[in-house]
Amino acid sequence: MENLLGIFVKSIFVENAIFAFFLGMCSYLAVSKKIKTATGLGLAVIFVMLLTAPLNYLILTYMLKEGALAWIHPSLATVDLTFLAFILFISTIAGAVQLVEMIVEKFAPALYSSLGIFLPLITVNCSILGASLFMQEREYNFSETLVFSVGTGIGFFLAIVLLASIREKLRYSKVPEPLQGLGMAMIITGLMAMAFLSFSGIKL
Amino acid sequence: MAEVLEKPKKEGLFSKKNIAIIKDPLDDSNPVTVQVLGICSALAVTVQVKPAIIMTLGVIFVTAFSNLIVSIIRKSIPTRVRIIVQLIVVATLVTIVDQMLKAYMFDVSKKLSVFVGLIITNCIVMGRLEAFAFAQKPWPSFLDGIGNGLGYGIILITVAVFREFFGSGSILGFNLVPQWAYDHGYVNNGLMMLPPSALFLIGGYIWWQRSRNKKLTNIS
Repeated sequence: MENLLGIFVKSIFVENAIFAFFLGMCSYLAVSKKIKTATGLGLAVIFVMLLTAPLNYLILTYMLKEGALAWIHPSLATVDLTFLAFILFISTIAGAVQLVEMIVEKFAPALYSSLGIFLPLITVNCSILGASLFMQEREYNFSETLVFSVGTGIGFFLAIVLLASIREKLRYSKVPEPLQGLGMAMIITGLMAMAFLSFSGIKL
Repeated sequence: MAEVLEKPKKEGLFSKKNIAIIKDPLDDSNPVTVQVLGICSALAVTVQVKPAIIMTLGVIFVTAFSNLIVSIIRKSIPTRVRIIVQLIVVATLVTIVDQMLKAYMFDVSKKLSVFVGLIITNCIVMGRLEAFAFAQKPWPSFLDGIGNGLGYGIILITVAVFREFFGSGSILGFNLVPQWAYDHGYVNNGLMMLPPSALFLIGGYIWWQRSRNKKLTNIS
C-alpha cells in the first residue's frame, strides 16, 4: 500500500511527465493558451491514460511476454513476442482513443463539442505511450500500473493548467519580440521544471 | 495522366525544388523551433552528444522511410482510418530501429530507454506524414523526411554539445576542459545535467533564430 502511494506521488511530482521527461510537450505547448481548453485536454489525457496503460499491461503479460502463450500449447512456452510491443501498444492507444471519441460523441455531446478537437490529438501524445513503455521497462504489476497511469495523467494535467494560467497573465507583460510565444513558453517551462526539482529529494 | 503530358521533361532527382525540400527544414521551417513538433523526445536525450547523434540517425531513418511508404500507398488508404495505418507503418519502422540498437549498440539503447519507442509518437513523424507525404509523390516525400530529420538533429546536437561541454567538460567523451582549470577552481555546471537546462537552451536558440530571421517572429 505504501509502495502504491509512493508511485502515485512520485509520478505526479518527482518524475512529472512534462518536467522530468518532456513527454507530451507538443500538445502541452500548443494547447496551453487558455485555461479552459487546457483543463479539457488535461482531463481527457487522464481518462485515456487510465484506460490504455492497464490494457497494455494485460496485453503485455498475457500475450507478449516469454511463456505467456503457454496456455495455447506447451510448445509455445518459449515464444517471446516482446518486440511486437510498440505496434500493439500504439494500436491499443489509437483504438481506445477512437472508441472514447465515439462514446463521448454519442452520450455526452456537450463534452464532445468542448473536447472534440483534442481527442484525436491524444493518440500522438507522447505521455500516453510513454506511460505504457515505462510500465514495461520498470516491470510494474497491475495495481502499480493503474496507480502510475493515474499519477502520470494528473501530473500532465497539473503542468498544462499551470502553464496556461501563467501564459494568460503573460499577455499583459512586455516580452522582447523574438522571444514572444514559443521562446517564452520554453523558458517558463524551464523555470517551472526547476521548481519541481525541489521535490526530487522526497523519499516515500 | 494530364499532369505527365504537360511536362514531358522529367524533373531531375536533385532539382532546385527538391534541394529546397531538404534545406528549408534546417532553418526557415525547422521542425522543432518553427513548426513546434517533436519537442517531446528532443530534450530528454541531450545530456550527452553520442546518444543525441544516435537518436538523430534513428529519427532520420524513420521519417524518411515512413514518408516514402505512406506516400507510395497513400491512394489506397481510406481517409477515416489513415491515422491508424500511419501509426502502424511508423511503429514497424521504429521496431526495426529498436531491434538494431539492441543488437549492435546495447549500452546506447539502454541509455535511450523508452525514448526510442517514443519516436512513434514524435510529432515530427506524424506531422510530416499528414502535411506532406499524404499529398505528394514518393521521392519528394522521402527528401522531406530526410530534411526534417536533419532539422531535428541540428537542434538536438546543438543542445547536446552545450549540455555536455558545460555539464561535464567534455564532448563525445573527450575531456576538453584542462585539468589546471579544475585546479584553479573551475566547476562543471551541475544544472546542465538536469532537465530544465534543455528548455532554457532551446528557448535561447529560438530567441537567437528569431532575432536573426525576422520573418519568423509572428509564428505563435
